[in-house]
Amino acid sequence: MFAKKQKIENEAEIKVTPHTLQARLISDTGEEAGPPIDLPAGITTQQLGLICNALLKNEEATPYLFFVGEDEIKKSLEETLDLSTVDTENVIDIVYQPQAVFKVRPVTRCTSSMPGHAEAIVSLHFSPDGRHLASGSGDTTVRLWDLNTETPHYTCSGHKQWVLCVAWSPDGKRLASACKAGNIIIWDPETGKQVGRNLSGHKKHINGLAWEPYHLNPECRRLASASSDGDCRVWDVKLGQCLFNIAGHTNAVTAVRWGGTGLIYTSSKDRSVKMWRAADGILCRTFSGHAHWVNNIALSTDYVLRTGPFQPVNTRQEAQAQVDQNSEDMRAAALKRYQAVCPDEVESLVSCSDDNTLYLWRNNANKCVQRMTGHQNVVNDVKYSPDVKLIASASFDKSVRLWRAHDGQFIATFRGHVQAVYTLAWSADSRLIVSGSKDSTLKVWSVQTKKLAQELPGHADEVFGVDWAPDGSRVASAGKDKVIKLWAH
Amino acid sequence: MPQNEYMERHRKLYGRRLDYEERKRKKEARLPKERARKARKLRGIKAKLFNKERRNEKIQIKKKIQAHEEKKVKKQDEKVEDGALPHYLLDRGIQSSAKVLSNMIKQKRKEKAGKWDVPIPKVRAQSDAEVFKVLRTGKTKRKAWKRMVTKVTFVGENFTRKPPKFERFIRPMALRMKKAHVTHPELKATFHLPIIGVKKNPSSPMFTSLGVITKGTVIEVNISELGLVTQTGKVVWGKYAQVTNNPENDGVINAILLV
Repeated sequence: MFAKKQKIENEAEIKVTPHTLQARLISDTGEEAGPPIDLPAGITTQQLGLICNALLKNEEATPYLFFVGEDEIKKSLEETLDLSTVDTENVIDIVYQPQAVFKVRPVTRCTSSMPGHAEAIVSLHFSPDGRHLASGSGDTTVRLWDLNTETPHYTCSGHKQWVLCVAWSPDGKRLASACKAGNIIIWDPETGKQVGRNLSGHKKHINGLAWEPYHLNPECRRLASASSDGDCRVWDVKLGQCLFNIAGHTNAVTAVRWGGTGLIYTSSKDRSVKMWRAADGILCRTFSGHAHWVNNIALSTDYVLRTGPFQPVNTRQEAQAQVDQNSEDMRAAALKRYQAVCPDEVESLVSCSDDNTLYLWRNNANKCVQRMTGHQNVVNDVKYSPDVKLIASASFDKSVRLWRAHDGQFIATFRGHVQAVYTLAWSADSRLIVSGSKDSTLKVWSVQTKKLAQELPGHADEVFGVDWAPDGSRVASAGKDKVIKLWAH
Repeated sequence: MPQNEYMERHRKLYGRRLDYEERKRKKEARLPKERARKARKLRGIKAKLFNKERRNEKIQIKKKIQAHEEKKVKKQDEKVEDGALPHYLLDRGIQSSAKVLSNMIKQKRKEKAGKWDVPIPKVRAQSDAEVFKVLRTGKTKRKAWKRMVTKVTFVGENFTRKPPKFERFIRPMALRMKKAHVTHPELKATFHLPIIGVKKNPSSPMFTSLGVITKGTVIEVNISELGLVTQTGKVVWGKYAQVTNNPENDGVINAILLV
């Protein structure tokens, strides 16, 4: 009798599911957009977007993603929320995340294959303004490519060994390249000639280069290099000499990053990640936790620091206008962009290792925020998305994994490669990832659908380097088959 | 045999003779002449042993001198090696995995012509008499239309024997093989791979259709576990290999992959 009564009550409850819900829109930092509002249960994401734009009084409509708890609202609110279990008396918090206003279209075709290098190409990099492309190869040359006509521009020979790294200065006026013999050469991309003398001092091959961020010093004079001899050296490019040597690691230094607050981060094969003061090279912090080589690190501010004062623009005139600004304006722009990403000067970094894990750190704490497990093989590359909401990691277990940036929670796995994934790159709008693999293909993954967006076969052998132009217009890839391929929509 | 280290003890207590160093130096200075005299004087097996020892000593000294001289000169630049690798692969000890990709079109063309560039180009032709054994049938064993294959065969998974009355060729169970040891010529590694089919037996097209595997036969093997990839990024799973041994004698099939 009692059971029957309860059943009737339950039925009544199901019937009276309300058609409106009290909801409140909150940004991901916890600020409320406005007072709680009554929303119909069947409200769609488009409608939510309109409401959110109206509440925030945006002049231009911004696209938003909406989340309830952990779940993204894909179509409508009632499909995401289980209305029979949610307490409809309470106010529901809907978290909105702004997305990039511009959209990068997924690359679909190969616009050109540029032969020229005589040996495998091991590194390539777009300049921060997206107007140049540089590649370093096993034939000891650095080549600069003309992106408008997609033809070779300059061949820079000067190295005596494989060119392992190329790095553009944040103002786009200098290119640094480092070779297996441990020499660094600075090039002028406008003329293709060497600037100054060779920076020599490292005893083994160089694994990474990092320029001083633009907003700290618009002259772009200082450069940090990480080498396999266990040292990290800081160079003055103008004087052509080593300012100081950071020798704190006991094994090869695998990557170096120059943070926006005057700190240098290095990862090493001695299983640690260390933080140094960039002014004098004094050790500030040691992040330990990894059980094997640390292969790479990524800073939350990587993208802003790389692009410096240059914003993604649509037209060539705008791009030219950006370049023509005076350095003080550019510095202010760079600083503004940096502060937008990192307002409290706490940079987070993520390190990937041979122990198949990633660690998420903040630069104000010794303890890691999160240990990110899941990969089944060496994790070789990790990158923050440009909007610093997501982290993508590439592993030799043939998968790319996606993680939430602020707490390191696992989001999705992208499977599809049939061999080890070497590198990956984010599109400027953080909606797409491109990954390059040993299986000779590139694959474009969509973050929104968590699926393969595009498969790009074409290389004849392993792909060693992938880069997405900062303006999002094209992707460049190169590898063992000695050809640079450019991909566009 | 000395009992205890009495000499060391004495030395510790009273020191060496005062002219010890001088005598030692002179002795050492005299030593080469002494040895040369000895080398001249010795005869027979003793001379042989002694000269061998001296020769080795001299080689060692020469090497040492050379090594010291090398240290003085500035090192030449190292030669640029082939097969550049990115920095993240440099210390991983990756063996130069040979170019695994094959040109699919080329292979298809070859397939059409039925000609491959094979490691063993000429194989002794197997006659029918060698491969088949005549089985006599009928009540009085007068009939001789039945044959038994005396070589190793590959028989597909879904093969069922015909009723004995109609079965012209018997392929004995004991000589059926499903796997082969396939060597990748560039990786220099051998894998135990399942056979997919017999592509061509050079002796006769009939052997091919029967699946007879003799030396020189081209077989198709399943290489999906090697993880080779085509230009489009698909896993290659079937590739041809040529048999290099006489499987009927050895009981195993050894083959070389045709890359």
